[in-house]
Amino acid sequence: MEVCGSSSPTLREFGCEQNLLSRPDGSSSFIQGDTSVLAAVYGPAEVKVSKEIYDRATMEVVIQPKVGVPSVRERAREQCVRETCEAALLSKLHPRSSFTLVLQVVHDDGSLLSCFLNAACMALMDGGLPMGCLFAGVTCAINGEGQIITDPTAVQEKGSRALMTFAIDSTERRVMMSSTKGSFTVHELQKCIAISQKASEKIFQFYRDSVRRRYSKTL
Amino acid sequence: MLNSFKDKIGDVLLPGDVFSVQMPESITDSKPEKIVCGPGLRRNGDEVLVCKSGVLRHKPPNLYWIDSQQRRYIPVKGESVIGIVTAKSGDIFKVDIGASEQASLSYLAFEGATKRNRPNVQVGDLVYSQLIIANKDMEPELACIDSCGRANGMGVFGAGGLLFKVSLGLVRRLLAPQSEITVDLGKLFPFEMVVGLNGRVWVKARTAQQTLIVANMLESCENMTAQQRQVLFRRVADGSI
Repeated sequence: MEVCGSSSPTLREFGCEQNLLSRPDGSSSFIQGDTSVLAAVYGPAEVKVSKEIYDRATMEVVIQPKVGVPSVRERAREQCVRETCEAALLSKLHPRSSFTLVLQVVHDDGSLLSCFLNAACMALMDGGLPMGCLFAGVTCAINGEGQIITDPTAVQEKGSRALMTFAIDSTERRVMMSSTKGSFTVHELQKCIAISQKASEKIFQFYRDSVRRRYSKTL
Repeated sequence: MLNSFKDKIGDVLLPGDVFSVQMPESITDSKPEKIVCGPGLRRNGDEVLVCKSGVLRHKPPNLYWIDSQQRRYIPVKGESVIGIVTAKSGDIFKVDIGASEQASLSYLAFEGATKRNRPNVQVGDLVYSQLIIANKDMEPELACIDSCGRANGMGVFGAGGLLFKVSLGLVRRLLAPQSEITVDLGKLFPFEMVVGLNGRVWVKARTAQQTLIVANMLESCENMTAQQRQVLFRRVADGSI
């Protein structure tokens, strides 16, 4: 477990562990403050004939809530994560196969979607799936006074006017996916994107450090 | 170009890292340098893209690849793998090699097999075989003979022994010439070991206990530094474990 301290733009302390499950091809756990997600990836594996795509791999994302069965909200988040993964993965290299990503919520204390994205990226990297770039998820909340809070807790999310989550790619720091809720101006949106891009640098540096630590024994 | 690679040898790289190919304008008359990209590196126009996380390795003169610790096997032509026969259908066997698709193995691809003289292979048997067709668009195909028609160590496994899975990175370390792990293990007691590049390892020692010792030690080698491993091997050799 590695922990990265927080500084501006403020993210809560985050940590991760790779290769912690024995059965899946790749696995990771990602912790942002009190929010914690466990991710497992399988692939390239056999695919059902009905879901087979002849020129690329089928990406499947399953989100398991802490309690109960997945509902519409989980489905919406699954779609966000799936589309981000599809954009990052080089799925053309494994036609007629499937990549399955299972995300288990361990604890939700705000910024859950960004934690899903970060855990997913770590798990995909651990599984050795071919990727064109990495991605990081950053959540921004705009509170009643118009202040922007990055990586908000559940309480901060509840008191916010608007909530936005962006997936940022590692090569050009562009927005790969965005999911927004509430009302905000165009100016605020652009400000949030700029802040997220800045915050993503920290996450990408953290990715690099933790992967380096993982391979330190085989160097 | 070559320099940008040479600086990074032994470094940990992440997907999305690029090496740009910038030919110096001044020496256009000299022969262009050629590099060979192995697993984890892809050419993308004028640049080389890293698509897996791992350590950049280099083999003289100009071969580069990413050494990663993954678990899922992706078939590559010419590699030797351990497969499990899952079905017999007509004149082919279906073999599970741990990839996304089952591989096919013709019953004629055994040493001395003819239309009349079929090899004795049952469902559930293990086979050590070589991939003769492996690409992303086709079903992988195996053969238990080399190009001269000799078995050359390949074929169906005998009774006994233990099969287990390790990561592909460890398998490559075991198969490296003069691998320290294999040499050290061999000093403990005699045993037979078959290593497939698909991450499957089969071990058979004189007793079941010794077989399990070898299997457990190999599995624990995965996340150990050289010193930690030597300490463990010494303790086992002394009989304290």
